[in-house]
Amino acid sequence: MRRPDLGRERRWRTDVGSSGQPPRALVVALVLACATLMTLDRSTGDSSPVDGARRAMGEVYGPVEVGAAGAVRPFVAIPEWFRSRGDMRDEIDELEAENAALRSSVNTSGYDRNKLAEYDGLTAAAGTLGYALVPARVVGMGPSQSFSSTVTIDAGASSGLSPDMTVVNNDGLVGRVLRVTRTTATVLLVIDADSVVGGRVGDSMEIGMLHGRGVLGDEGRLDLELIDQSVVPARGDSVVTWGSESGAPYVSGVPVGSISKVFANVRDGSQRAVIDPFVDFGALDLVGVVVPSGTESDRAVIEADGSLQ
Amino acid sequence: MNPLRALLAALAVSVALVLQVSVFPYVAWQGVVPNLVLLVVVGAAVVRGAQFAMVLGFAAGVLLDLAPPADHVAGRWALAFVLVGYVAGRVAQHGRPTATTVLATVAASSFLGTSLFALSGLVLRDPPLTIPDLLQVVLVSVVWDVVLTPFVLPLVMTMFHRIEPERAVQ
Repeated sequence: MRRPDLGRERRWRTDVGSSGQPPRALVVALVLACATLMTLDRSTGDSSPVDGARRAMGEVYGPVEVGAAGAVRPFVAIPEWFRSRGDMRDEIDELEAENAALRSSVNTSGYDRNKLAEYDGLTAAAGTLGYALVPARVVGMGPSQSFSSTVTIDAGASSGLSPDMTVVNNDGLVGRVLRVTRTTATVLLVIDADSVVGGRVGDSMEIGMLHGRGVLGDEGRLDLELIDQSVVPARGDSVVTWGSESGAPYVSGVPVGSISKVFANVRDGSQRAVIDPFVDFGALDLVGVVVPSGTESDRAVIEADGSLQ
Repeated sequence: MNPLRALLAALAVSVALVLQVSVFPYVAWQGVVPNLVLLVVVGAAVVRGAQFAMVLGFAAGVLLDLAPPADHVAGRWALAFVLVGYVAGRVAQHGRPTATTVLATVAASSFLGTSLFALSGLVLRDPPLTIPDLLQVVLVSVVWDVVLTPFVLPLVMTMFHRIEPERAVQ
Protein backbone atom coordinates (compact mmCIF):
# COMPACT_ATOMS: atom_id res chain seq x y z
CA MET A 1 0.00 0.00 0.00
CA ARG A 2 1.22 3.52 -0.79
CA ARG A 3 2.45 5.48 2.22
CA PRO A 4 0.54 8.69 2.89
CA ASP A 5 2.22 11.76 1.42
CA LEU A 6 3.39 13.95 4.32
CA GLY A 7 2.62 17.27 2.63
CA ARG A 8 -0.95 16.32 1.91
CA GLU A 9 -1.33 14.88 5.35
CA ARG A 10 -0.25 18.17 6.90
CA ARG A 11 -2.73 20.05 4.76
CA TRP A 12 -5.47 17.61 5.85
CA ARG A 13 -4.50 18.10 9.46
CA THR A 14 -4.80 21.88 9.23
CA ASP A 15 -8.08 21.32 7.47
CA VAL A 16 -9.61 19.75 10.54
CA GLY A 17 -7.79 21.95 13.05
CA SER A 18 -4.60 21.20 14.93
CA SER A 19 -6.30 18.97 17.50
CA GLY A 20 -8.24 16.97 14.89
CA GLN A 21 -11.45 18.56 16.05
CA PRO A 22 -14.14 18.67 13.36
CA PRO A 23 -15.40 22.15 12.43
CA ARG A 24 -18.00 23.39 14.88
CA ALA A 25 -20.27 24.42 11.99
CA LEU A 26 -20.40 20.81 10.77
CA VAL A 27 -21.27 19.48 14.23
CA VAL A 28 -24.04 22.04 14.62
CA ALA A 29 -25.35 21.43 11.11
CA LEU A 30 -25.53 17.64 11.54
CA VAL A 31 -27.18 17.80 14.96
CA LEU A 32 -29.69 20.35 13.66
CA ALA A 33 -30.41 18.14 10.66
CA CYS A 34 -31.18 15.23 13.01
CA ALA A 35 -33.39 17.41 15.19
CA THR A 36 -35.25 18.71 12.13
CA LEU A 37 -35.82 15.19 10.87
CA MET A 38 -37.17 14.08 14.25
CA THR A 39 -39.47 17.08 14.56
CA LEU A 40 -40.70 16.64 11.00
CA ASP A 41 -41.49 12.97 11.55
CA ARG A 42 -42.90 13.41 15.04
CA SER A 43 -45.19 16.39 14.58
CA THR A 44 -46.70 15.85 11.15
CA GLY A 45 -48.18 12.46 11.97
CA ASP A 46 -49.58 10.24 9.23
CA SER A 47 -49.08 12.55 6.28
CA SER A 48 -45.45 13.11 7.22
CA PRO A 49 -43.07 13.85 4.32
CA VAL A 50 -40.77 11.30 5.96
CA ASP A 51 -43.29 8.61 5.02
CA GLY A 52 -42.56 9.15 1.34
CA ALA A 53 -38.87 8.74 2.04
CA ARG A 54 -39.59 5.56 4.00
CA ARG A 55 -41.55 4.15 1.09
CA ALA A 56 -38.81 5.05 -1.37
CA MET A 57 -36.21 3.36 0.86
CA GLY A 58 -38.49 0.35 1.08
CA GLU A 59 -38.70 0.10 -2.70
CA VAL A 60 -34.90 0.01 -2.85
CA TYR A 61 -33.98 -2.06 0.20
CA GLY A 62 -37.05 -4.32 0.34
CA PRO A 63 -36.06 -6.46 -2.67
CA VAL A 64 -32.46 -6.57 -1.39
CA GLU A 65 -33.71 -7.90 1.96
CA VAL A 66 -35.87 -10.45 0.16
CA GLY A 67 -32.80 -11.55 -1.80
CA ALA A 68 -30.56 -11.73 1.27
CA ALA A 69 -33.13 -13.67 3.30
CA GLY A 70 -33.64 -16.03 0.36
CA ALA A 71 -29.90 -16.60 0.10
CA VAL A 72 -29.56 -17.35 3.81
CA ARG A 73 -32.69 -19.48 4.17
CA PRO A 74 -31.18 -22.69 2.67
CA PHE A 75 -28.41 -22.58 5.28
CA VAL A 76 -30.81 -21.90 8.12
CA ALA A 77 -33.00 -24.73 6.87
CA ILE A 78 -30.20 -27.31 6.59
CA PRO A 79 -31.39 -29.21 9.68
CA GLU A 80 -34.87 -29.40 8.14
CA TRP A 81 -33.59 -31.04 4.95
CA PHE A 82 -32.96 -34.20 6.87
CA ARG A 83 -36.60 -34.34 7.87
CA SER A 84 -38.44 -33.22 4.73
CA ARG A 85 -37.87 -32.65 1.04
CA GLY A 86 -38.69 -29.01 1.59
CA ASP A 87 -40.31 -28.45 -1.78
CA MET A 88 -43.22 -26.26 -2.78
CA ARG A 89 -45.81 -28.96 -2.12
CA ASP A 90 -44.79 -29.08 1.52
CA GLU A 91 -45.16 -25.35 1.79
CA ILE A 92 -48.68 -25.44 0.36
CA ASP A 93 -49.64 -28.30 2.69
CA GLU A 94 -48.25 -26.35 5.59
CA LEU A 95 -50.28 -23.28 4.67
CA GLU A 96 -53.45 -25.31 4.19
CA ALA A 97 -52.92 -26.81 7.62
CA GLU A 98 -52.31 -23.35 8.98
CA ASN A 99 -55.56 -22.12 7.53
CA ALA A 100 -57.51 -25.07 8.88
CA ALA A 101 -55.91 -24.79 12.31
CA LEU A 102 -56.69 -21.11 12.43
CA ARG A 103 -60.35 -21.64 11.68
CA SER A 104 -60.67 -24.53 14.10
CA SER A 105 -58.96 -22.62 16.86
CA VAL A 106 -61.43 -19.79 16.37
CA ASN A 107 -64.25 -22.30 16.70
CA THR A 108 -62.84 -24.16 19.68
CA SER A 109 -61.63 -21.21 21.72
CA GLY A 110 -63.82 -20.64 24.71
CA TYR A 111 -66.48 -18.68 22.87
CA ASP A 112 -69.98 -18.84 24.13
CA ARG A 113 -71.67 -21.18 21.63
CA ASN A 114 -74.83 -19.15 21.21
CA LYS A 115 -72.93 -15.95 20.72
CA LEU A 116 -70.75 -17.70 18.19
CA ALA A 117 -73.72 -18.92 16.20
CA GLU A 118 -75.22 -15.46 16.31
CA TYR A 119 -71.95 -13.93 15.27
CA ASP A 120 -71.39 -16.42 12.49
CA GLY A 121 -74.89 -15.82 11.25
CA LEU A 122 -74.29 -12.10 11.13
CA THR A 123 -71.02 -12.32 9.32
CA ALA A 124 -72.37 -14.94 6.91
CA ALA A 125 -75.30 -12.66 6.17
CA ALA A 126 -72.91 -9.85 5.48
CA GLY A 127 -71.02 -12.12 3.13
CA THR A 128 -67.76 -11.57 4.93
CA LEU A 129 -67.41 -14.91 6.65
CA GLY A 130 -64.62 -16.03 4.36
CA TYR A 131 -61.31 -14.28 4.58
CA ALA A 132 -58.49 -15.25 2.31
CA LEU A 133 -54.83 -15.47 3.27
CA VAL A 134 -51.85 -14.30 1.23
CA PRO A 135 -48.84 -16.36 2.34
CA ALA A 136 -45.61 -14.47 2.96
CA ARG A 137 -42.25 -14.96 4.60
CA VAL A 138 -40.46 -12.73 7.08
CA VAL A 139 -37.33 -11.38 5.39
CA GLY A 140 -36.17 -8.73 7.85
CA MET A 141 -36.51 -8.13 11.58
CA GLY A 142 -35.97 -4.84 13.34
CA PRO A 143 -33.25 -5.23 16.00
CA SER A 144 -34.16 -4.91 19.68
CA GLN A 145 -31.72 -1.97 19.74
CA SER A 146 -34.37 0.01 17.89
CA PHE A 147 -36.84 -0.81 20.70
CA SER A 148 -39.66 -1.34 18.22
CA SER A 149 -40.94 -4.72 17.08
CA THR A 150 -41.40 -4.57 13.34
CA VAL A 151 -40.64 -7.05 10.57
CA THR A 152 -40.46 -6.93 6.78
CA ILE A 153 -42.40 -9.55 4.78
CA ASP A 154 -41.85 -10.46 1.15
CA ALA A 155 -45.36 -9.66 -0.11
CA GLY A 156 -46.42 -6.16 -1.08
CA ALA A 157 -48.92 -4.14 -3.06
CA SER A 158 -48.50 -6.43 -6.08
CA SER A 159 -49.73 -9.36 -3.96
CA GLY A 160 -52.86 -7.45 -2.98
CA LEU A 161 -51.65 -6.06 0.36
CA SER A 162 -52.47 -2.62 1.69
CA PRO A 163 -51.91 -0.91 5.07
CA ASP A 164 -54.02 -1.99 8.08
CA MET A 165 -54.42 -5.62 7.14
CA THR A 166 -54.24 -8.35 9.80
CA VAL A 167 -51.21 -10.64 9.81
CA VAL A 168 -51.52 -14.11 11.39
CA ASN A 169 -49.61 -17.37 11.45
CA ASN A 170 -50.69 -20.86 12.43
CA ASP A 171 -50.39 -20.04 16.15
CA GLY A 172 -52.40 -16.83 16.17
CA LEU A 173 -52.23 -13.07 15.73
CA VAL A 174 -48.89 -11.65 14.56
CA GLY A 175 -49.67 -7.99 13.90
CA ARG A 176 -50.87 -5.57 11.25
CA VAL A 177 -49.47 -4.13 8.05
CA LEU A 178 -48.08 -0.62 8.57
CA ARG A 179 -47.01 0.30 5.04
CA VAL A 180 -46.47 -1.48 1.77
CA THR A 181 -44.09 -1.10 -1.12
CA ARG A 182 -44.53 -2.88 -4.44
CA THR A 183 -42.92 -6.14 -3.28
CA THR A 184 -42.58 -5.88 0.51
CA ALA A 185 -44.56 -4.75 3.51
CA THR A 186 -43.65 -3.61 7.02
CA VAL A 187 -45.59 -5.32 9.81
CA LEU A 188 -46.05 -3.94 13.33
CA LEU A 189 -46.01 -6.88 15.74
CA VAL A 190 -48.65 -6.94 18.49
CA ILE A 191 -45.92 -6.96 21.16
CA ASP A 192 -44.63 -3.56 20.00
CA ALA A 193 -45.13 -0.89 22.67
CA ASP A 194 -47.10 1.22 20.17
CA SER A 195 -49.50 -1.62 19.35
CA VAL A 196 -53.05 -1.62 20.74
CA VAL A 197 -55.45 -4.45 19.86
CA GLY A 198 -59.03 -4.93 20.97
CA GLY A 199 -59.20 -8.26 22.79
CA ARG A 200 -61.99 -10.46 24.08
CA VAL A 201 -61.59 -13.02 26.84
CA GLY A 202 -62.92 -16.23 25.33
CA ASP A 203 -64.67 -17.58 28.43
CA SER A 204 -66.41 -14.45 29.70
CA MET A 205 -66.76 -12.49 26.42
CA GLU A 206 -65.43 -9.45 28.28
CA ILE A 207 -63.67 -6.96 26.05
CA GLY A 208 -60.53 -4.98 26.73
CA MET A 209 -57.45 -3.45 25.18
CA LEU A 210 -54.24 -5.36 24.57
CA HIS A 211 -51.10 -3.24 24.84
CA GLY A 212 -47.72 -4.52 23.67
CA ARG A 213 -44.86 -4.44 26.15
CA GLY A 214 -42.20 -3.99 23.51
CA VAL A 215 -39.84 -6.82 24.43
CA LEU A 216 -38.91 -9.48 21.93
CA GLY A 217 -37.64 -12.96 22.73
CA ASP A 218 -38.75 -15.06 25.65
CA GLU A 219 -40.30 -12.12 27.45
CA GLY A 220 -42.67 -11.06 24.67
CA ARG A 221 -45.78 -10.16 26.67
CA LEU A 222 -49.02 -8.26 26.24
CA ASP A 223 -51.03 -6.41 28.86
CA LEU A 224 -54.83 -6.68 28.84
CA GLU A 225 -56.92 -3.94 30.42
CA LEU A 226 -60.58 -4.86 30.62
CA ILE A 227 -63.15 -2.18 29.96
CA ASP A 228 -65.44 -3.54 32.67
CA GLN A 229 -63.12 -3.10 35.63
CA SER A 230 -65.18 -5.22 38.02
CA VAL A 231 -64.46 -8.45 36.13
CA VAL A 232 -61.53 -10.54 37.26
CA PRO A 233 -60.13 -12.55 34.33
CA ALA A 234 -59.11 -16.12 35.14
CA ARG A 235 -55.64 -17.52 34.55
CA GLY A 236 -55.37 -19.72 31.47
CA ASP A 237 -58.30 -18.12 29.65
CA SER A 238 -57.54 -17.51 26.01
CA VAL A 239 -57.93 -14.10 24.45
CA VAL A 240 -59.08 -13.51 20.88
CA THR A 241 -59.34 -10.30 18.85
CA TRP A 242 -62.75 -8.67 18.90
CA GLY A 243 -62.13 -7.12 15.54
CA SER A 244 -62.60 -3.73 14.00
CA GLU A 245 -65.15 -2.27 11.67
CA SER A 246 -64.82 -3.87 8.19
CA GLY A 247 -61.91 -5.99 9.41
CA ALA A 248 -59.24 -3.27 9.44
CA PRO A 249 -56.78 -3.26 11.04
CA TYR A 250 -57.78 -6.44 12.89
CA VAL A 251 -60.28 -9.11 11.89
CA SER A 252 -62.25 -10.69 14.72
CA GLY A 253 -61.79 -14.06 16.37
CA VAL A 254 -58.05 -14.54 15.85
CA PRO A 255 -56.45 -16.16 18.91
CA VAL A 256 -53.87 -13.89 20.56
CA GLY A 257 -52.68 -15.58 23.74
CA SER A 258 -53.60 -16.93 27.14
CA ILE A 259 -53.75 -15.09 30.46
CA SER A 260 -50.69 -15.91 32.54
CA LYS A 261 -50.96 -13.43 35.42
CA VAL A 262 -53.58 -11.08 36.83
CA PHE A 263 -52.78 -7.94 38.81
CA ALA A 264 -55.31 -5.84 40.67
CA ASN A 265 -54.62 -2.13 40.80
CA VAL A 266 -55.50 -1.18 44.38
CA ARG A 267 -55.68 2.52 43.64
CA ASP A 268 -58.40 2.58 40.98
CA GLY A 269 -59.70 -0.96 41.35
CA SER A 270 -58.92 -1.94 37.77
CA GLN A 271 -57.57 -5.31 36.65
CA ARG A 272 -54.49 -5.80 34.52
CA ALA A 273 -53.84 -9.21 33.02
CA VAL A 274 -50.56 -10.29 31.43
CA ILE A 275 -51.08 -12.27 28.22
CA ASP A 276 -48.65 -14.90 27.02
CA PRO A 277 -48.94 -14.73 23.21
CA PHE A 278 -49.42 -17.97 21.25
CA VAL A 279 -47.01 -16.79 18.55
CA ASP A 280 -43.26 -17.23 19.07
CA PHE A 281 -42.10 -13.79 17.92
CA GLY A 282 -38.43 -14.73 18.12
CA ALA A 283 -38.85 -17.35 15.39
CA LEU A 284 -41.30 -15.82 12.93
CA ASP A 285 -41.08 -17.14 9.41
CA LEU A 286 -44.20 -18.13 7.49
CA VAL A 287 -47.14 -15.77 7.99
CA GLY A 288 -50.46 -15.12 6.28
CA VAL A 289 -51.95 -11.73 5.54
CA VAL A 290 -55.75 -11.58 5.77
CA VAL A 291 -57.17 -10.10 2.57
CA PRO A 292 -60.77 -9.82 1.35
CA SER A 293 -61.91 -12.92 -0.50
CA GLY A 294 -61.28 -12.68 -4.22
CA THR A 295 -58.33 -10.28 -3.98
CA GLU A 296 -56.17 -9.94 -7.11
CA SER A 297 -52.72 -11.22 -6.26
CA ASP A 298 -49.53 -12.26 -8.04
CA ARG A 299 -49.26 -15.37 -5.87
CA ALA A 300 -51.54 -18.18 -4.73
CA VAL A 301 -54.22 -16.94 -2.31
CA ILE A 302 -55.60 -19.41 0.23
CA GLU A 303 -59.37 -19.05 0.40
CA ALA A 304 -61.37 -19.65 3.57
CA ASP A 305 -62.49 -23.10 2.42
CA GLY A 306 -58.87 -24.17 2.06
CA SER A 307 -58.74 -23.98 -1.74
CA LEU A 308 -55.95 -22.25 -3.58
CA GLN A 309 -56.78 -19.51 -6.01
CA MET B 1 -14.05 12.39 -1.97
CA ASN B 2 -15.19 11.56 -5.49
CA PRO B 3 -18.57 9.96 -6.32
CA LEU B 4 -17.06 6.49 -6.77
CA ARG B 5 -15.59 6.56 -3.26
CA ALA B 6 -18.83 7.86 -1.81
CA LEU B 7 -20.60 5.02 -3.60
CA LEU B 8 -18.23 2.49 -2.02
CA ALA B 9 -18.88 3.91 1.45
CA ALA B 10 -22.64 3.80 0.77
CA LEU B 11 -22.29 0.21 -0.42
CA ALA B 12 -20.46 -0.79 2.78
CA VAL B 13 -23.22 0.75 4.89
CA SER B 14 -25.93 -0.92 2.79
CA VAL B 15 -24.33 -4.36 3.06
CA ALA B 16 -24.04 -3.89 6.83
CA LEU B 17 -27.70 -2.84 7.03
CA VAL B 18 -29.01 -5.80 5.01
CA LEU B 19 -26.91 -8.30 6.98
CA GLN B 20 -28.13 -6.75 10.22
CA VAL B 21 -31.80 -6.88 9.23
CA SER B 22 -32.08 -10.08 7.21
CA VAL B 23 -29.27 -12.44 8.25
CA PHE B 24 -28.31 -11.79 11.86
CA PRO B 25 -31.84 -12.16 13.32
CA TYR B 26 -31.28 -15.92 12.95
CA VAL B 27 -28.54 -15.72 15.59
CA ALA B 28 -30.04 -12.87 17.62
CA TRP B 29 -29.95 -13.13 21.39
CA GLN B 30 -33.10 -11.71 22.99
CA GLY B 31 -33.75 -10.02 19.66
CA VAL B 32 -30.52 -8.02 19.90
CA VAL B 33 -28.26 -8.30 16.84
CA PRO B 34 -24.77 -6.92 16.29
CA ASN B 35 -24.98 -3.32 15.08
CA LEU B 36 -22.88 -3.70 11.93
CA VAL B 37 -23.73 -0.21 10.66
CA LEU B 38 -22.26 1.21 13.87
CA LEU B 39 -19.11 -0.86 13.33
CA VAL B 40 -18.74 0.62 9.83
CA VAL B 41 -19.03 4.14 11.26
CA VAL B 42 -16.45 3.38 13.97
CA GLY B 43 -14.11 1.88 11.34
CA ALA B 44 -14.42 5.05 9.28
CA ALA B 45 -13.73 7.17 12.35
CA VAL B 46 -10.59 5.23 13.26
CA VAL B 47 -9.18 5.49 9.74
CA ARG B 48 -10.44 8.89 8.57
CA GLY B 49 -11.13 10.92 11.70
CA ALA B 50 -14.16 12.55 13.24
CA GLN B 51 -15.24 14.86 10.39
CA PHE B 52 -15.69 12.13 7.80
CA ALA B 53 -17.17 9.71 10.34
CA MET B 54 -19.79 12.22 11.45
CA VAL B 55 -21.01 12.78 7.90
CA LEU B 56 -20.99 9.05 7.18
CA GLY B 57 -22.69 8.43 10.54
CA PHE B 58 -25.46 10.85 9.67
CA ALA B 59 -26.06 9.23 6.30
CA ALA B 60 -25.93 5.71 7.74
CA GLY B 61 -28.24 6.70 10.58
CA VAL B 62 -30.84 8.16 8.23
CA LEU B 63 -30.66 4.93 6.22
CA LEU B 64 -31.21 2.82 9.34
CA ASP B 65 -34.09 5.13 10.35
CA LEU B 66 -35.90 4.85 7.03
CA ALA B 67 -35.13 1.43 5.51
CA PRO B 68 -37.72 -1.26 6.32
CA PRO B 69 -38.65 -2.56 8.84
CA ALA B 70 -37.78 0.59 10.83
CA ASP B 71 -40.77 2.44 12.25
CA HIS B 72 -39.37 4.67 14.99
CA VAL B 73 -39.14 8.46 14.71
CA ALA B 74 -36.67 9.21 11.89
CA GLY B 75 -33.43 10.95 12.88
CA ARG B 76 -32.82 9.03 16.11
CA TRP B 77 -30.16 6.67 14.77
CA ALA B 78 -28.75 9.57 12.72
CA LEU B 79 -28.21 11.59 15.90
CA ALA B 80 -26.72 8.58 17.71
CA PHE B 81 -24.28 7.85 14.86
CA VAL B 82 -23.21 11.52 14.55
CA LEU B 83 -22.18 11.30 18.21
CA VAL B 84 -20.48 7.94 17.60
CA GLY B 85 -18.53 9.40 14.68
CA TYR B 86 -17.46 12.36 16.80
CA VAL B 87 -16.38 10.36 19.84
CA ALA B 88 -14.72 7.51 17.94
CA GLY B 89 -12.90 10.01 15.73
CA ARG B 90 -11.58 11.94 18.73
CA VAL B 91 -10.50 8.79 20.59
CA ALA B 92 -8.81 7.28 17.55
CA GLN B 93 -6.74 10.32 16.58
CA HIS B 94 -4.15 9.73 19.28
CA GLY B 95 -1.60 7.74 17.30
CA ARG B 96 -1.85 4.56 15.30
CA PRO B 97 -4.79 2.40 16.37
CA THR B 98 -3.88 -0.83 18.13
CA ALA B 99 -6.20 -3.81 18.59
CA THR B 100 -6.89 -2.74 22.17
CA THR B 101 -7.76 0.86 21.37
CA VAL B 102 -10.03 -0.24 18.52
CA LEU B 103 -11.84 -2.70 20.82
CA ALA B 104 -12.20 -0.04 23.51
CA THR B 105 -13.44 2.48 20.94
CA VAL B 106 -16.04 0.01 19.66
CA ALA B 107 -17.25 -0.77 23.19
CA ALA B 108 -17.51 2.93 24.10
CA SER B 109 -19.17 3.84 20.79
CA SER B 110 -21.65 1.00 21.00
CA PHE B 111 -22.61 1.94 24.56
CA LEU B 112 -22.91 5.63 23.72
CA GLY B 113 -24.73 5.11 20.43
CA THR B 114 -27.34 2.66 21.71
CA SER B 115 -27.81 4.68 24.92
CA LEU B 116 -28.33 7.92 23.03
CA PHE B 117 -30.84 6.16 20.78
CA ALA B 118 -32.66 4.85 23.86
CA LEU B 119 -32.55 8.26 25.56
CA SER B 120 -33.96 10.05 22.52
CA GLY B 121 -36.75 7.46 22.64
CA LEU B 122 -37.42 8.30 26.30
CA VAL B 123 -37.55 12.02 25.49
CA LEU B 124 -39.84 11.52 22.49
CA ARG B 125 -41.93 8.81 24.25
CA ASP B 126 -41.26 6.52 21.25
CA PRO B 127 -41.94 3.86 22.47
CA PRO B 128 -42.62 4.17 26.22
CA LEU B 129 -40.24 1.67 27.82
CA THR B 130 -38.68 1.27 31.24
CA ILE B 131 -35.04 1.98 32.07
CA PRO B 132 -34.12 -1.65 33.06
CA ASP B 133 -35.39 -2.91 29.69
CA LEU B 134 -33.34 -0.28 27.88
CA LEU B 135 -30.23 -0.97 29.94
CA GLN B 136 -30.39 -4.71 29.28
CA VAL B 137 -30.59 -4.18 25.51
CA VAL B 138 -27.74 -1.64 25.61
CA LEU B 139 -25.44 -4.05 27.48
CA VAL B 140 -26.23 -7.02 25.24
CA SER B 141 -25.57 -4.93 22.16
CA VAL B 142 -22.20 -3.79 23.52
CA VAL B 143 -21.20 -7.44 24.00
CA TRP B 144 -22.36 -8.32 20.47
CA ASP B 145 -20.47 -5.43 18.89
CA VAL B 146 -17.25 -6.23 20.74
CA VAL B 147 -17.51 -9.92 19.76
CA LEU B 148 -17.98 -9.02 16.09
CA THR B 149 -15.17 -6.41 16.08
CA PRO B 150 -12.28 -8.78 15.19
CA PHE B 151 -14.21 -9.99 12.14
CA VAL B 152 -15.66 -6.74 10.85
CA LEU B 153 -13.34 -3.87 11.80
CA PRO B 154 -10.19 -5.10 9.94
CA LEU B 155 -12.28 -5.42 6.75
CA VAL B 156 -13.88 -2.00 7.14
CA MET B 157 -10.61 -0.28 8.06
CA THR B 158 -8.76 -1.85 5.11
CA MET B 159 -11.54 -0.70 2.80
CA PHE B 160 -11.43 2.91 4.01
CA HIS B 161 -7.60 2.86 3.76
CA ARG B 162 -7.76 1.56 0.20
CA ILE B 163 -10.34 3.97 -1.14
CA GLU B 164 -8.49 7.06 0.08
CA PRO B 165 -5.04 6.26 1.51
CA GLU B 166 -3.79 9.84 1.26
CA ARG B 167 -6.50 11.08 3.63
CA ALA B 168 -6.16 8.37 6.26
CA VAL B 169 -5.29 9.78 9.67
CA GLN B 170 -1.91 8.41 10.79
